[in-house]
Amino acid sequence: MRYLEEFRDPELAERLVKEIHAVTTRPWALMEVCGGQTHSIIRHGIDQLLPDGIEMIHGPGCPVCVTPLETIDRALDIASRPGVIFCSFGDMLRVPGSGADLFRVKSAGGDVRVVYSPLDALTLAIDNPDREVVFFGIGFETTAPANAMAVHQARRLGVRNFSLLVSHVLVPPAISAIMEAPSCRVQAFLAAGHVCAVMGTGEYPALAERYRVPIVVTGFEPLDILEGVRRAVTQLEAGQHEVDNAYPRAVPAEGNPAARALLAEVFEVTDRPWRGIGTIPRSGWRLAPAYADFDAELRFEVDGLRATEPAACRAGEVLQGLIKPHECAAFGTECTPRRPLGATMVSAEGACAAYYRYRRLEPAQAGAR
Amino acid sequence: MTAEAVDPAAWTCPVPLRDSPTVVMGHGGGGSMSAELVEHLFLPAFGEAAAAAAAAGLTDSAVLTVGDGAARLAFSTDSYVVRPMFFPGGSIGDLAVNGTVNDLAMSGAQPLCLSTAFILEEGTPLADLSRIATAMGEAARRAEVALVTGDTKVVDAGHGHGVFVNTAGIGLVPDGVDLRPARVRPGDAILVSGDLGVHGVAVLSCREGLEFGTTLQSDTAPLHELVAAMLDREAPGGNPDVHALRDPTRGGLGASLNEIARAAGVGIEITERDIPVPDAVADACGILGLDPLYVANEGKLVAFVAARDADRVLAAMRRHPLGRGAAVIGTVVEEHPGVVVARTAIGASRIVDMPLGEQLPRIC
Repeated sequence: MRYLEEFRDPELAERLVKEIHAVTTRPWALMEVCGGQTHSIIRHGIDQLLPDGIEMIHGPGCPVCVTPLETIDRALDIASRPGVIFCSFGDMLRVPGSGADLFRVKSAGGDVRVVYSPLDALTLAIDNPDREVVFFGIGFETTAPANAMAVHQARRLGVRNFSLLVSHVLVPPAISAIMEAPSCRVQAFLAAGHVCAVMGTGEYPALAERYRVPIVVTGFEPLDILEGVRRAVTQLEAGQHEVDNAYPRAVPAEGNPAARALLAEVFEVTDRPWRGIGTIPRSGWRLAPAYADFDAELRFEVDGLRATEPAACRAGEVLQGLIKPHECAAFGTECTPRRPLGATMVSAEGACAAYYRYRRLEPAQAGAR
Repeated sequence: MTAEAVDPAAWTCPVPLRDSPTVVMGHGGGGSMSAELVEHLFLPAFGEAAAAAAAAGLTDSAVLTVGDGAARLAFSTDSYVVRPMFFPGGSIGDLAVNGTVNDLAMSGAQPLCLSTAFILEEGTPLADLSRIATAMGEAARRAEVALVTGDTKVVDAGHGHGVFVNTAGIGLVPDGVDLRPARVRPGDAILVSGDLGVHGVAVLSCREGLEFGTTLQSDTAPLHELVAAMLDREAPGGNPDVHALRDPTRGGLGASLNEIARAAGVGIEITERDIPVPDAVADACGILGLDPLYVANEGKLVAFVAARDADRVLAAMRRHPLGRGAAVIGTVVEEHPGVVVARTAIGASRIVDMPLGEQLPRIC
């Protein structure tokens, strides 16, 4: 099986679009949870093909976007220190903190490196015993297993100069927070397929029941997303609210048991501030007490650092699906990928960046959908 | 949920390079940050001649009229800092020759000679330098261009990265050849000479910390003979009306199309499914979160050709070994000047934006 072309097949896409049109009798508002799905929807123009009444609300699932400002500031503080090698995934480097971003810290002499796995950062620590190597461990349940493995290995191997700056966030509490917001318009969720590949689908039936909302586990290619929309709309039209797995090629019901066991050992649940949204109770992971020696916030004593967001940025409302990116007055003027006010304009997965990159030509059309 | 308190005073914008008071990696990425550096820092400082050249549209090489106008010379320079220095299908030495040859070729010039300058880091193995020099000699022979002058400097250990190479080149523009962005107009067909993204993925596949298996080899090659074949004025039907050429290196096809759209004040429409991207490139980009449209090429060109000559130029490209995979990927339009729009695989549309700096691999 070829995993890209087959899931972008125009004829199958057209057939799915027809089925969605056939089943839709009235307007519905669906939220795709994951930033990867937002990127795919906008990049392929999937929402342009949907019936006028089907609105895709872009969810808070961009890991770069929801990482709190103060966590970025803590990263900048640590990365600026002599003797530190600060390792991060690439798209965190351009996210603005209060005064700078990691690119600027790098240009001012900080040793900031893009790595593709936290295990590469651990190798760097082993190879540079006289340096402190810090990995910026952010993201949802998707990125957490590799971070957990890096810390687990560091402890097992006794690598004392490695630490993790952790700001993990969790999807199910975010779904609860969105559904409980008074302004919530979301009627169904496309759940993040890769989060479920790790965690399984066991956390979702209770949410679907409590909020009477269909939750369809959905992949990332155009056909995956169209199929997710088709199933969600079919449920809405039938008055159902089930958990449905439309991404079984990647998601077994139990997820990845080995990864879940490791996560349970290395992390513990904590309250977590989400950038632009606010603190959501029990919505994040931090290192468990047994791994506190590897917590960069404690090692570098930056846990007291606080920060505040710029006023013009309405990323919080975008992340909650209350406004579309171009409805923000700063969109495309004060706030561009070149000069982002908020993280939603930075990451490829951020809704604002996706709109700017692919849609700024026809904001009216984008808004109508 | 409550929004957090905010502090607008935290954001200031010093002009003209308002984002960063220092050079950052994105300034060398071939995207809008590079362009702003040229526009706001270099051109104002370089005076009228540079501004005049820029007003005519910044191209890969300058075309200069010499003597009494009898000859037109193309002149170009480029520096090479690729890491790693050796990669599948080539080395920094191949790029240093082919890259400058191609910058000349995009003006339609037949390259004549190159200069080269080396900046060497103390401690670099001479064996590496020798391999690079040998590659440059072989590439120059293949391109039939002479390396005629040069310079060598050494910097302290830790103040370079092995070997940096600069080359500059001079080429002769044949009579009647006039390739520049300003000639691009609505109706022109847009052609590419073959598979895109191959060089960038080949280099990434052996970059430190990212080693992944691929059969891809860099496409580095000199393109001036392909260009000559496309411009063949002996061909039946007369002089094919090619308006402009670009070699989509840093920033890839996406950056090249945006540069032309802006310089010519036209819109561009491309069809994603018609763009030749090999499976190996698409797969690697899918895993790394990169867009093949912004991945570098070193042996490909994009051509803007009068619609009536498009088939003829396409056929000429396909007859040449370096143009076998040539394809028509889009057209130039009057609408949305300065903006590139792609028809997506599933039949919707999107903007193909100018990349900012370097592409950043996504988190997940």
